[in-house]
Amino acid sequence: MTAVANPPEEMAKEIGRDRRRKEDQRLITGRTRWTDNLSIPGTLHLAMVRSPVAHATITSIDTTEAAASTNVVAVLTSEDLGESQGVCINAWPITPDQVTPAHLPIANGRVAFAGEIVAVVVARTAAEARDAAELVDVDYEQLPAVLGIKEALKDEVLAHPDLGTNKSALWVFDSEAAGTGGNADDAIAKARTDGIVIEREFRQQRLIPAFMEPRSVVVDPTGEQITVWSATQIPHILRFALAATTGVPESKIRVIAPDVGGGFGGKLQQTPEEMIAFAVARRLSRPVKYTETRSESLVSAHHGRDQWQKLTLSAEKDGTVTGLKVELEADLGAYVAIVGGGVPVLGAFMFNAIYKFPAYHFSCQTVLTNTTWTDAYRGAGRPEATFGIERMMDELAAEMGVDPFVVREKNWIKHEEFPFTTVAGLEYDSGNYEIATAKAKEIFGYDELRAEQKRRRDSGDPVQLGLGVSTFTEMCGLAPSRVLGSLDYGAGGWEHASVRMLATGKVEVITGASAHGQGHETAFSQIVADRLGIPFDDIEVLHGDTQIASKGLDTYGSRSLVVGGEALVRAADKVIEKALPFAAHLLEASVDDVKFHEGRFQVVGTDAGMALTEVATATFTAHNLPDGAEPSIDADATFDPVNFNYPHGTHLCAMEVDTETGAVKMRKYTCVDDIGNIINPLIVSGQVHGGLVQGIAQALWEEAVYDDQGTLVSGSFVDYLLPTAADTISFDVDHTTTPATTNSLGTKGVGEAGTIASTPAVVNAVVDAIRHLGVKDVQMPCTPERVWNAINHGGAGGATEAAAMPHFEPDAEPGTSSTEGAGA
Amino acid sequence: MIPTAFDYVAPTTVEDALSALATHGDDAKILAGGQSLLPVLRMRLNAPEVVIDLGKIESLRGVRDDGDAIVIGAMTPHSVVGSDPLVKEHALLIHRAVEHLADEQIRHRGTFGGALAHADPAGDLGAPALALGSSFVIAGPGGTRTVPADEFFIDLFETAIGDDEILTEVRIPKHTGWGAHYEKFVRVAHQWPIVAVAATVKGSGGSIEDVAIGLTNMGSTPLRARAAEDALRGGQDLAAAAELADQDTNPPSDLNGESSYRRHLAKVLTRRAVTAAAGG
Repeated sequence: MTAVANPPEEMAKEIGRDRRRKEDQRLITGRTRWTDNLSIPGTLHLAMVRSPVAHATITSIDTTEAAASTNVVAVLTSEDLGESQGVCINAWPITPDQVTPAHLPIANGRVAFAGEIVAVVVARTAAEARDAAELVDVDYEQLPAVLGIKEALKDEVLAHPDLGTNKSALWVFDSEAAGTGGNADDAIAKARTDGIVIEREFRQQRLIPAFMEPRSVVVDPTGEQITVWSATQIPHILRFALAATTGVPESKIRVIAPDVGGGFGGKLQQTPEEMIAFAVARRLSRPVKYTETRSESLVSAHHGRDQWQKLTLSAEKDGTVTGLKVELEADLGAYVAIVGGGVPVLGAFMFNAIYKFPAYHFSCQTVLTNTTWTDAYRGAGRPEATFGIERMMDELAAEMGVDPFVVREKNWIKHEEFPFTTVAGLEYDSGNYEIATAKAKEIFGYDELRAEQKRRRDSGDPVQLGLGVSTFTEMCGLAPSRVLGSLDYGAGGWEHASVRMLATGKVEVITGASAHGQGHETAFSQIVADRLGIPFDDIEVLHGDTQIASKGLDTYGSRSLVVGGEALVRAADKVIEKALPFAAHLLEASVDDVKFHEGRFQVVGTDAGMALTEVATATFTAHNLPDGAEPSIDADATFDPVNFNYPHGTHLCAMEVDTETGAVKMRKYTCVDDIGNIINPLIVSGQVHGGLVQGIAQALWEEAVYDDQGTLVSGSFVDYLLPTAADTISFDVDHTTTPATTNSLGTKGVGEAGTIASTPAVVNAVVDAIRHLGVKDVQMPCTPERVWNAINHGGAGGATEAAAMPHFEPDAEPGTSSTEGAGA
Repeated sequence: MIPTAFDYVAPTTVEDALSALATHGDDAKILAGGQSLLPVLRMRLNAPEVVIDLGKIESLRGVRDDGDAIVIGAMTPHSVVGSDPLVKEHALLIHRAVEHLADEQIRHRGTFGGALAHADPAGDLGAPALALGSSFVIAGPGGTRTVPADEFFIDLFETAIGDDEILTEVRIPKHTGWGAHYEKFVRVAHQWPIVAVAATVKGSGGSIEDVAIGLTNMGSTPLRARAAEDALRGGQDLAAAAELADQDTNPPSDLNGESSYRRHLAKVLTRRAVTAAAGG
């Protein structure tokens, strides 16, 4: 055994260091294992035939011509695949009587949204499959389509006629019934006589997650296990769903999520495409691949948000809040997706936010429509709640004629009141809204901007300035399994980790979280480096393969660090615990005299000691271990959190509004987030920047719009407006730190915080800029036209013209002569 | 997505390109920079049997001085037009519009003639070309003809270029010393304009001796704001003249705005564009 040099007295800590992400070179250059990059010899390619209409009976499908097309191996319908295709499951029926339409991967007899799959073509090349897909002749007998929540609620036109209603479930939380508070209706009634009542209805428009890498799946049925590679956030859950719905034993299925290019909740799904690829590969005993086009992705990958929010807030005359009533209506689309109706329910616990409401009532009615299904999108329920309450607090301030911070400070939980049990029944473990707010206001230059706002108002400047506030909190780190059970969610919320000490002194870390761009490999390496005193570069983080990371519940809900990271800490601690008696044995010392510090076991009061890596080597050889010892210091841990995790922060936004055109322009954005202890500031900064832009994009740009036939008008990035760097400004990002008390590292989730917080800050700023012109709301996205309409005609600016035409109008042949298509 | 299969030819002379067009007729599409045609092919909105690529015809590239006009070859990329000193000196309005055209990558691929021949009313070059009184040189089997701007744009994606013809160059009368501004109204930078106004002004010290105003996306073709121009030439003040900017327009309604909102925008943007062009 070679002696290693004693390490320096104090090793540089990895936690808190802004390490560049070790995964970035391969991710940014694309020279990596994206699913579509996989080429298994003999792979057949799939093309989907999708319904162009929103609702129709399929009267016939003629596959003859397609089947005869060059190199086509098979053309299959729902009838052909039968039970082998499984079903798409809803894992969270929010009420026992939830109305849930059966969801076959391939529609059988009737289509319920435009984009639904009606047949699959299998060919030797992707191009041949695509060509043949156009030859499948499907006859549709159109049925009336129900579009929009308000229409669906009338139950006149039905999304699924056989169900007899569009209403899927009504989920209710009442603080009086739950024993967590008083009666909200009573509070509101009282305020109508001697207080203040604010009533508003807000629209959460439909959004499209728009991850960078389109979804892709490869299935290889060769060998004992059927291997599924998928661009998914949830390899473990997908394996469960495949097994549970096809009858294939779980042990016969291996799911791999290789490098995955973004998800934002959009890849938290068991998709029809995955089920179809699985069924076709089994049927033909050949590897198959399907990669969607961007157009297919926009129309068939699940959408997000899409709610109407009716909010009633009551307060005393001095601004002390007394009650909150939330009545939500949420559009599920044509089917109840894997989390589906659970997304708005996650918001139920967050409308009260950081405020001490004594009474709270929440209800959510979910509805089915003939549109693309909806499910989780970055924030999932909490952005909607945060938007609702932060808009309402600004409205309360406006009603009282006071600064928006006055009503917030009066009602928020003070730092000395933590831990605090809210009216929704959650226990917030830690936080300090006062110092986050003070810091944000100072960085932002709040008072100066208020003075500028006044000058612009006084001079009648055509460009008005508005300041928006969002003092958000959220619940993340999904989730305590018992809580999920009490909500009828179909799985737990624990996470698993393993630490493998290799003979050469290197370390393999295995996590059940499934990164798709977040930087787990870097951050988790930093955690283990500090915990075990092993160099950062000697640690490899493995994930996303059910054969390697055999247990896991994947990545969503800002859970990877606060749940998966804690599992990792515990596994690492077990390694030290197991190595200690080995070290003592090798050092010929009593276990009580050996202490572990920064990677070494040291005999107290002597120079004798050895590195953990040396113990690993000795364990590998197993030549000299204590009698009867199991020769392993590897360890596993499964961590089930006892509570959610509650990041918070104060976000401030200044918007300029050109009153002549309605154009809005961001002037300044400052956020001070409290996400507890930070593992890697660079990764956090990236998460915050990206999160902010996604939330700002909801406020200003993005909206999925259907025409009155149920065709997605915003079906390309020409019409679904994603911002680029050219459309955003440099943000001021800073932090305060109140460590979480429910995990060892004191961390809080940051993956969704920026998205949750920013949307109301922006809209509050837009409304603040033009409130003196009589405007109380602008519907999202705050397009120039809506802002201009709100200024000139009142209201919230109206809905987007539903019958509007996309720039690439599918029916118009662009260029019927030979020159018109000449590229610009 | 994958386009349907097509044959590809890349002639090196205009003559060869014309003969390929004559051979394939309606089954052929002309490829210039590909910034509109390629998405259309990939989305399978069109499926030509033959694509005739003009990219190898050197004579169609470049900017030259031709006495009282400058001449821009149809296959000159936007990036070249945007940095050309002749364009900046004699057709400042084109220079300004190109600065706002799409993004850097597209400006290096897309071509001046391709964009104009595509005749998207939301394209950024039609209104400036129209305002500057450009003429379009079109080659066909019978030789070359020149079409004035007023007659070039016929309808949505439709120009005076015949099925058997190719746009070879655009002649722009020199507007040396004229101020210019392209006021483009978008929600995100990479978007087609909701409305844009191209204004060029002859004058000094804020006075307007002559003016030309083109409108982008205010109808099925690029348009001139004639009534506003006439009012300005007649000495009306700008605020009043700009109110006439939407006369004889027929703007579309889409996700970004109703027709009536576009009319309003045209007025505001015309005032701003002329002010900026006049050095205000």
